[in-house]
Amino acid sequence: MPKLKSLDELKKLREQLQGDIKARTDSSTTITVGMGTCGIAAGARETMHAILAELESRGMDTHVTTVGCIGMCSKEPLVDIQQGDEPRVTYGNVNTEMVPRMIEEHLVQGNMVDEWVVGRVEG
Amino acid sequence: MNTSKTQKHRADLLVSCVHDRAPDLIPALEAEVKRRGLEGEVKVVEAGCRGFCSMGPVLLIQPDGTFYVNVQPADVPEMVEETLVKGRVVERMTYQEPSSHACALYEDISFYSKQHRIVLRNCGMLNPASVEEYIAVGGYEAVGKALFDMTPEGVIEEVKKAGLRGRGGAGFAAARKWETGRKAEGDIKYVLANGDEGDPNCFMDRALMEADPHSILEGMIIGAYAMDAHQGYIYIPYEHTLSVKTMRNAIESARAYGLIGEDILGSGFDFEVEVRVGAHSFVGGESTALMHAIEGTVSEPRPKHIHTTEVGLWGKPTCLNNVKTWNLVPEIIGKGAEWFASIGTEKSTGTQVFSLAGKINNVGLAEVPMGTTIRELIFDVGGGIPNGREFKAIQIGGPSGGAVPASLLDMPMDYETLEEAGSMMGTGGVVVLDDRSCVIDVARYFLDFLKDQSCGKCSSCREGIRYMLEMLTNITEGKGKMSDLEVLERMGKSVKISSMCGLGKSVPNPVLSTLRHFRDEYVAHIEDHKCPAGVCKALIEHYINDQCNGCGLCLRKCPQDAITGEKKELHTIDAEKCIQCGVCFDVCRFDAVGVR
Ligand SMILES: Cc1cc2nc3c(=O)[nH]c(=O)nc-3n(C[C@H](O)[C@H](O)[C@H](O)COP(=O)(O)O)c2cc1C
Ligand code: SF4
Repeated sequence: MPKLKSLDELKKLREQLQGDIKARTDSSTTITVGMGTCGIAAGARETMHAILAELESRGMDTHVTTVGCIGMCSKEPLVDIQQGDEPRVTYGNVNTEMVPRMIEEHLVQGNMVDEWVVGRVEG
Repeated sequence: MNTSKTQKHRADLLVSCVHDRAPDLIPALEAEVKRRGLEGEVKVVEAGCRGFCSMGPVLLIQPDGTFYVNVQPADVPEMVEETLVKGRVVERMTYQEPSSHACALYEDISFYSKQHRIVLRNCGMLNPASVEEYIAVGGYEAVGKALFDMTPEGVIEEVKKAGLRGRGGAGFAAARKWETGRKAEGDIKYVLANGDEGDPNCFMDRALMEADPHSILEGMIIGAYAMDAHQGYIYIPYEHTLSVKTMRNAIESARAYGLIGEDILGSGFDFEVEVRVGAHSFVGGESTALMHAIEGTVSEPRPKHIHTTEVGLWGKPTCLNNVKTWNLVPEIIGKGAEWFASIGTEKSTGTQVFSLAGKINNVGLAEVPMGTTIRELIFDVGGGIPNGREFKAIQIGGPSGGAVPASLLDMPMDYETLEEAGSMMGTGGVVVLDDRSCVIDVARYFLDFLKDQSCGKCSSCREGIRYMLEMLTNITEGKGKMSDLEVLERMGKSVKISSMCGLGKSVPNPVLSTLRHFRDEYVAHIEDHKCPAGVCKALIEHYINDQCNGCGLCLRKCPQDAITGEKKELHTIDAEKCIQCGVCFDVCRFDAVGVR
C-alpha cells in the first residue's frame, strides 16, 4: 500500500473509494425496479442488470433499488426514476434494449422519454 | 483496490451486533447471497454497533433504509428471497414501535430519528476493519486540515471556541488541558486515550472503539499536533478483546497509508500510537491510576496538586482524554467550532451519548443534544417503560452519580443542571427505575460494587463505603434507625471532602441523592418496616388475592413448592416456605398475586 504523501493524495484516494460505499451515502437520484413475481417473470432482473451495467459504464452515482409489485402488471417491468424533488416518473415495459436510451435521455440530458412513460407522481 | 468492480453493488447489507448473538449470521448471509447469484450486486458488510441493544442483531439495507431487528440465520433465505430478489419487506422482521405500529424503515424508527448522532456518526455505518471506508467518508481529512492549514494554537483555539468538554465524566474543558500541555516544558510529551469505562452499566466507549476506531486515532493525531506530542497510548481493559483487536488493526492499517508514523501526509509531523492493555477496574479509569497502569505499576491514584498536564506519564507532560472526546475533535476541526457550539446548550455544547439500561423499552445507546430533557430521552428515544409501569427515577452518572426523581422529568440534562440536582453527567450511564424498583436497594447495589473498587489508600473512602453499605443493608432488612439517616448524611459529606480521588469524592452521591429525593422511602423502610416498591425481601410478603382462578401456573413455577391449592380454586402461599423471589408475581396473568 503506497503511503500518502500529501493532503491531495488523500483526497484523490477518497474520490476513488467513494464508489465502494455509494449505497450508504446520499444520492439525489434513485432508480427503482419493480420486482414482483410478475416483474421478474417479465424480465425485471435482466432490466435491472442492464441498468447497473449502463450506470457503471458511465460512472454515474445513482442508487438502484427494488420494490415489490407496483400494481400495473401488464406494464412490467416497471422502472421509476426519482431525481431530487422532481416528480417521480414511471416507465413501463422496460426491456434491456431500452435502458441505454432511457438513461441517456432522462438522466444525462434531462428529458423524459415521453413515449415510454406510463405515469408521473408529484414528488 | 478494485473500485470498478465494487461500483456495481446496488445494495449494502449492514449487519450489526453479531458477535455474541449470532456469529453465524454473516456467513449465512454471504452464502445465501452467493446461492441466489446476487454477488457483485449486493454487498454484506460487518458494521459496528448500532446501539439498539434490545433489538440486535440488526440489519440495515441501504440505500432503501429497510431495517430488520432480531435477525437470525434462519431468517436469511426468506429475507434474501423477499427483500433482495423481489424487493418486498418481510413484515415480521421489522421493528414494532411500542406506541404505534410496525416500522420498516430506519428513518421512521423514533429510537433513531429522535437522536442526533455525532459521536456515533459512523457506528453501524462503516466496516470498522476497513480504513478505506473511513477514508471514503472523508476520514483523516481533518488531520490534513490541521497539519496544513492551521497552527497548533489555531487548533486549540478552535476546540476552545467549540466549547468541547471532556466526555469521560468531569466535563473539563479540553482546550484548557491542551493549552497547559502545550505550554508545559519538556521535549517528550504524551497524549492518552481513556478506554477504561469502569462504570458497570456503560458500554458506549467499548462500542465506539469496536465500531469507529479511526475517528479516535484521528482526534489523537490532531491533539498531539496541538500540544507537540509524538507518542500516544490508548488504554483498554484486557477483557475487551474486540476493542483491543479493532484498535490495533486500525493503527496498523492507518500506518500503512502513512497516516500514523513519520512525516504524516508529507507534513513533517511524526506521531506513533500504541494500545496498552490492563486490568479492568473502576478506579483504574482515574487519570493518575491509568497512567500508573500504563507505566506497569499498580493502578492506584496519586494526589494531583501537580497536574498531569505538567507531570504525567513517566513524569512527562501528558494529555488524557476520553475516547469520545477524541472522536469529536475531527468533526470540530472539519466542520468548525461554530457548528459544534450551535448544538446543545451554551455551557454544555454538542451531544451526549447515554447508555440506557434498566426498566426501559429501548435498551441501548442514544445520542442526543446536551440539554435534552429526561422526558425526551426516556419516552421519545427510549420508548418508555415496559409493561405499562410507572416511571420513578433515573440513576444517572453511574456509581458516582445520583438519582433524579420523576418530578424533575422536564429537567434539561447538562453538566450544571444535573449537578444542581445532586447527580452528575458522568459518562452518561442511565439506569431507569420504575415503581417496582427500590431506590435504597439501587444505592446499596452501587456501594456494594464500589467497596471492591476503592483502592484503599484513603481511610475515609475505604471505611466510609463499608460503613454506609452496612447501614443501607440494615435499612433494607428492616433493622434501621431514624438516626441512621443523619449519620449517613454527615458521613457522606465527610467522605466527599476527605477522600483523595474522584472515586471517594463521588462515592456518597447515590446515597445522598436518594436521601434528598426519596426520604419518605427511607422512612417507610425504617418506621413502617415496608418497602414501597416491594423489592426488599425482608420487608415484603407475597400473597394471593381473590382474583385467583386456580390456573395453577404459579404453583408449577414456584421454586420452593410454597404454593398449594386445588385446580380452579383459590391458591395460597405458605409464608414459612416462601423466599419472596417474586416468580408467582411475574407469571400470574390475572393480577392475583400481591406484595405487602
Ligand atoms: C473513579 C474514577 C473513574 C474514572 N473512570 C473513567 C473512565 O472509565 N473513562 C474515562 O474516560 N474517564 C474516567 N475518569 C475520568 C478521568 O480521570 C479523566 O478525567 C478523563 O479520562 C479525562 O478525559 P476527558 O477530559 O476527555 O473526560 C474517572 C475518574 C474517576 C475519579
Ligand atoms: S478516594 Fe478511594 S479510590 Fe480514591 S485514592 Fe482514596 S481510597 Fe483510593
